[in-house]
Amino acid sequence: MTEASLVRRITDFANRADPYPLYEELRKTPVLHEEEGGPYVLSSYYDIKALLHDPRISSDAANVAAAGGDPLNQAEESGGLPPSFLRLDPPEHDRLRRIANSGFGPPHRPRRVDGMRGDMATTVSRLIDGFGDARQIDLVDQFAYPFPVTVICQLLGVPREDEPKFRAWVDPLVAGLDPDTRQGADDEFVKTLQETRMQLGMYLAGLAEQRTKEPRDDLLSDLMHSEGPDGSMTMMEVLSTAVLLLIAGHETTVNLITNGMLTLLRHPEVLQRLREDPRLSVNIVEELLRYEPPVQIVPQRTCIADIEVRGVTIPKGSRIWLMIAAGNRDPERFKDPQRFDPDRGDIQHLGFGSGIHSCFGAPLARLETQLALSELARRLENPRLVEDPPPYRPNAVLRGPRHLGIAFDGLR
Amino acid sequence: MAVDHVEWLRREGRIVVVGASLAGLRAAETLRAEGFAGELTLIGDEPHEPYDRPPLSKSVLLGKASPLHTELPHRWEIDAKWRLGVAASGLDLTAKRVRLADGDEVEYDRLLIATGVRARPWAKEEEARLEGVFLLRTREDAAGLVHRLKAGPRRVFVIGAGFAGSEVASACREMGIPVTLAERAGAPLVGALGGVVGAVAADLATENGVDLRTHVTVTALEGDAAGRVRAVHLSDESVVEADVVVVSLGSLRNTEWLAGSGLGAGPRGIACDAGCRAFDFRGIVTDDVFVAGDVARSPHALFGYQFLSLEHWGNAVAQAETAAHNMISHGADRRPHLWMPAFWSSMFGVNIKSVGVPPMGEQLVITQGSLAERRFVGVYGCQGRVVAAVTFDNTRWLEFYQRQIEQGAPFPVEYPTMDRRPEGRQPVDAQFPDPSLPTHGPMVTLSGYSPADQQLVFHPARH
Repeated sequence: MTEASLVRRITDFANRADPYPLYEELRKTPVLHEEEGGPYVLSSYYDIKALLHDPRISSDAANVAAAGGDPLNQAEESGGLPPSFLRLDPPEHDRLRRIANSGFGPPHRPRRVDGMRGDMATTVSRLIDGFGDARQIDLVDQFAYPFPVTVICQLLGVPREDEPKFRAWVDPLVAGLDPDTRQGADDEFVKTLQETRMQLGMYLAGLAEQRTKEPRDDLLSDLMHSEGPDGSMTMMEVLSTAVLLLIAGHETTVNLITNGMLTLLRHPEVLQRLREDPRLSVNIVEELLRYEPPVQIVPQRTCIADIEVRGVTIPKGSRIWLMIAAGNRDPERFKDPQRFDPDRGDIQHLGFGSGIHSCFGAPLARLETQLALSELARRLENPRLVEDPPPYRPNAVLRGPRHLGIAFDGLR
Repeated sequence: MAVDHVEWLRREGRIVVVGASLAGLRAAETLRAEGFAGELTLIGDEPHEPYDRPPLSKSVLLGKASPLHTELPHRWEIDAKWRLGVAASGLDLTAKRVRLADGDEVEYDRLLIATGVRARPWAKEEEARLEGVFLLRTREDAAGLVHRLKAGPRRVFVIGAGFAGSEVASACREMGIPVTLAERAGAPLVGALGGVVGAVAADLATENGVDLRTHVTVTALEGDAAGRVRAVHLSDESVVEADVVVVSLGSLRNTEWLAGSGLGAGPRGIACDAGCRAFDFRGIVTDDVFVAGDVARSPHALFGYQFLSLEHWGNAVAQAETAAHNMISHGADRRPHLWMPAFWSSMFGVNIKSVGVPPMGEQLVITQGSLAERRFVGVYGCQGRVVAAVTFDNTRWLEFYQRQIEQGAPFPVEYPTMDRRPEGRQPVDAQFPDPSLPTHGPMVTLSGYSPADQQLVFHPARH
C-alpha cells in the first residue's frame, strides 16, 4: 500500500486544521493496529470510556518507556524531577493527587476555584482593555496565552510583583514543549531551556520554603502543609506537581479559549446569543469540550494484561492511544455529532477524560473559558475571522491555532 | 382494541400514583414527559411535597443542610392533583378504586404503587415512646434528632449498624458526641457487604472513637421518672447510659393497606414482572397495576431472574421511569427494568459505593488497593461469575466492574490489575451471615426461583 497509514495522516501537520474527516474514517475500525510495534488506536466513545476506567490500563511513564516510548508523548519536561501524578499509577498517583486536591477542591477547599472568579474577571477585562484602539488582534498572543499564566500564578500564590519574572521563565518552557520547536532546537536553545527550568525550579522551591514558614491562602501553602494520613509532599513532589499544573493547565486552556472563539466566529448565531446572555457560556464550554477538545489524543497508556476490545485482543504491554476527539463525535453516542450545538441536553463528553486521571484542573478551566468567551462576545463589536482556517501549532495531541486573527469595529 | 385503549389512556385516562416520594414524583414526571395528557393524582401520607432522604442521615445531621429543605427538584411540570397528608388505606382491584384514610375514594384507569418503606420501630411500644428515642426515616425524624444533637447529648446510642445506623454514628463523631453503636452481627454493614468488608467498617468506626458493641442485642430501653430515656440494656448484661437512642433496624414495606386486595403484596414487598406490572396473589400478572421503588420486588435477568427488592435511591428513579413508560406504552414498546443495583454511603470520611448484588456473593477478592488502608475495590463472585463490587474511596473504577457484571465475567478475577496487593491474589469467603437469621436487613433481598444453570448474555441499552 502506498497510501500513508491513517495514524500518520492524523499526525501529519497538513491535516491539523481539520482532522475530523480522518477521525470519521478511523471510527470505521474502532480498534486500529496498523503496524507491528505501533499503537492500538481506539476511537469509539464507549471503548474509550471503558478503557479510561479499566484497571488493566496503566499511565505509568515507566510502562510507556518499556513499550518503546512514544513519539506523541507530551514530555512533561521535568528534568530531574520525579514523575507527576499524571504519569503514575495507583497507589502513588492516588496519594499525590489526594494531597494536591486537598489544596484545590472539595471537601477541604470547596471555595478555592470560585474564590478566584473576581481576580479572573479583572484579568479578562484588563487584557481586553489592552487591545486599545487596535481594530485587529491576535487572540492567542494578546489574550488566550497570557490569561492562564496569570490564573496559575494566583492559584499557586506567586506574588503579583513576581509575575513578569515568572512569565519570562514559563514562556520558553511552554514553547519548548512543542515537538516542532524541540526538533529544530540547537544546543544553545536546549541550554537556555535547562537554565530556565533550573531558575523556575529554584524560584518555586524558594516560594515553597517561604510558605512552610509562613502559610498563606494559596495552593502552594496547602501542598506544603497537607495533614492527614497522606502527610505532605516532599519538596521534589511539590515542584513536579507545580510544574504539572503549570504545563498541563496552560496549553490546554489556551487552546480551549482559542478553539472556542474560532468556533463561535464560525457560528455567529451562537456568538450573538452569548453576547445577549452570558449564562449560555456554561453550555457552550461543555459543547466545545466535545466538539473541539483541547486534548485530542491520550497517547500515554499501556495495558498490563491482554485485553479484548470488540473481539480484538490487545496484547499485554501494547501502547494504546485513546482518540478523545474521535470518540466525542461518535454517532453511536451522540446524535448529529458533527454539529456544534450548545443546546444539546445530553453532553457527557470525554473532553476532560474520565476515571482516575480525569482533568484535575477542570473546574478552573471551565470557569476561565466561560468568563473569557462571554466577555469577548460581549465586548468585541462585530468580530470576524481574519483567515479561516487559522495557522495551527504542529502539535496533534494538544491541538490548537498558533494565531487567531480577529478583526472588529471597536470595544464595548 | 388494546392499541385503542392505550391511546385513549394517554389522552384522557386517569392515572393514580400512591406514594409521593422519589419514585412517585419521578414516575409522574416521566408520564407527563412522555405525553400523558389525562388526569394525574398523587397520594402521599406525608404532608410534604416529595423530598430527598439520603441527606437526612448525612449533611442534615451535621447541620450542613436543613431537614426541612431537601425537596426534590422538579424536572418536569406534572400538573397533578396532590392528595398529601392522607394515606391510602385500601384497594379495590375490581372497581379500580383506591380508598383513602379520610374515607375518600379515588378511581383510576391505571395505578402505580410506590409506597416505599418505613423505619422498623422499636418493638416495645412503651420504650419506643420514651423521650429521646428516635427513628430516622422522615424529615420530622431528622429535625427532632438534629435538635437533640445540637443540644449536645451526653451519649447517643445507635441500635443497628447498617448503613443508616453507621452514618448516624459517623455524624455524631464528627460533631464530637460520644456514641455507642450496637450490632447483632459481628461487624457493621455485614448484611449488605459481608464480614470481610464489615471488619473494615468496624475498624473505621472504632478508630473514629465509636464505642462499637457487636454480637449483642438491646434487651431494654430504660426511662427516668420524667419519661426520658436514660440507659440501654444489652444482651451481655451491660448497661450503657445514653440520653439519645436512635433505632436503626432497617425497614418495613408499606403494604399493609393492600391486605385483602388480592395483590401479591406482603412483608417482602409487592411482586411484579420485569415490566413493573404487579402480580396478584395467585401469581398472575395484573394489567393496570404497576409497582416501583423500595416496595417493589422484581426479577432481574442478570441475577438468575431472582426477585430483588432494592432500597436504593437509583433504583427508585430507574424503576419509576420504566413503570411510567410502560403504563402508557403498547406491549412491544415496553421496557424491562434492568437497572444495575448500585448504592453509595459515606461515613467517617470514607466514600463507599457498590454495584451489583454483594449478598449474592460467596467469595470476595480484593482486586485493587488494600483493606488495611481502607481504600480498595472488592469483587464478589457467585458460581464462577462476578456478581458485585464494592469500593472504599475508589469509586472511579466501579464502571469497569459494572461492565464485568453485565458481561457475566468469570470469577475469580485472574488478570492483573493496577495496585493489586498480595492479599488480593486469592479469593476469600465473603462471610455473609446465614440469611435465615434476622438482621437489621440487608438492602437487597434475594428470594424466588433461581435457574442456576442459566447462561446469561446481557447487552445494556445505550441511551
